[in-house]
Amino acid sequence: MTADARPPSAAQTVGLGAVGLALFVGIWLALTLSGIVPRQFLPTPIDVLTRTFELLAHPFAGATLPVHVLSSFERYAYGFLLAAAIGVPLGLLMGRFSWLNDIVTPVFDGLRFIAPIAWVPFAALWFGTGIGGPIMIIFSGAFPPCLINAYRGARFVDRNYIEAAQMLGTRNMRTILEVLLPASFPSIIAGLRVGAGIGWQSLVGAELIVASAGVGYMMVQGQSNISTPTVVAGMIAIGIVGLLIDVLLRRLETHVRRRRGLA
Amino acid sequence: MSAIVFESVHRQFERDGKSFPALDNVTLTVADKEFVALVGPSGCGKTTCLRMAAGFEAPSSGRVLVGGVPVTGPGPDRAVVFQQFALFPWKSVEDNIAFGLRNRKVPADERRERIAGAIRLMGLEGYETAFPHQLSGGMQQRVAIARAYVLDPQALLMDEPFGALDAQTRVVMQEELVRLARVNPRTVLFITHAVEEAVYLADRVAIMTRRPGRIKEVIDVRSIRAAEAWDRHERVEDVMDLESFVHLRTHIWRSLREEKVGGER
Repeated sequence: MTADARPPSAAQTVGLGAVGLALFVGIWLALTLSGIVPRQFLPTPIDVLTRTFELLAHPFAGATLPVHVLSSFERYAYGFLLAAAIGVPLGLLMGRFSWLNDIVTPVFDGLRFIAPIAWVPFAALWFGTGIGGPIMIIFSGAFPPCLINAYRGARFVDRNYIEAAQMLGTRNMRTILEVLLPASFPSIIAGLRVGAGIGWQSLVGAELIVASAGVGYMMVQGQSNISTPTVVAGMIAIGIVGLLIDVLLRRLETHVRRRRGLA
Repeated sequence: MSAIVFESVHRQFERDGKSFPALDNVTLTVADKEFVALVGPSGCGKTTCLRMAAGFEAPSSGRVLVGGVPVTGPGPDRAVVFQQFALFPWKSVEDNIAFGLRNRKVPADERRERIAGAIRLMGLEGYETAFPHQLSGGMQQRVAIARAYVLDPQALLMDEPFGALDAQTRVVMQEELVRLARVNPRTVLFITHAVEEAVYLADRVAIMTRRPGRIKEVIDVRSIRAAEAWDRHERVEDVMDLESFVHLRTHIWRSLREEKVGGER
């Protein structure tokens, strides 16, 4: 038997992916329809699909599924953008000025291993059920990767670029904006991708304390109503939106790398 | 007036709490509009000399002056051409060349004119909007030279600028640099380990000892070049065939070889 050394074609890749998905759904179907797993523990794929279509048109927990997704995304966007807006510049400056790094690092390292969901009590205490709580939780998830990658990008920047800027008579501010920032961009965008992912994952936790709308809120309501199909529909929505966010950022990353001749 | 002066420059390096001498009493003068090549065995500190003139490093004792002023840090009066080009990969050819001028208050009209001039000088017409990664190594180094020339610096500091190029491209760039030196003479400190390159390009060649580096010998190529009329020959290989060239090259080779053999013990 000889090993097939050729990489699979695009059609093959898609085909194999479809096989994986079909297997997953098939096993799920078999387990639930046969009664091996009782339906109250795990809904069938058919129940979930039916419920998802219902939720698209009919409100549950105050809104339809698309509206829940939108209101989740709004909170998420604020939290993530805030994390990027603070984390990236701070990380860059920490990479450029070691004294700033020395000031920030102990506090940052002390806080960054605390899971976003651990902030829920304080988020509730400080912000109640307002939008501030979820933003704070998403922020706490998205912030560390944004900062760390910007820092690493700036800290390990090719010295040649900085020296070239210096010998061209470039001031500090312009060096940071026009040399350090673009030179660190591949690293920064990798950090944004990770941060975006963790931020989105923190969403359900963030919405445990929200009283009005959002996918997480919808799922919690589904749980109280013992509607497992609603919970799974929420999980699917989270998965799809998360994937879309990642695809978008990956595109941006590829675009930047291609312009640099790195890809 | 002398453009670049090294005045009893010493340099120590610290490692593991111990101090190592890297440069030992380097004294060298590059006159205005003179092209001096600095050759020496690897690790002798020739690049350190250039980095001191650029202001990236400071001497442990002694002084480095450019245009009569002690060097305290990097600046556009001393443009550097790096071995690894160090072009900004996110900027086009034109924007790379413009980068230094935009740090000064050069009026837009004049800036455009000077950039166009530098592009013409280095034969980069048609590549203005290209990005560095789309160019060959030789073309990238042309952009880096244009970026330095456009500043009209007091001194050009070239750190093995052709070291990363293949042999053919290297020859073309050497001819190009000789042409530039005729059209637009500049004060140049040129670091290389290629003896032929040094003899072909320089007015004077300074030979350094192995570490800790000292100036061992300075050879005046200019008078021989003029006496033997090297400039009649367009091509590098024709000049390199001349008896006077071979003689000089061999002399420098032997001088360097003593350093290497001594270094290996």
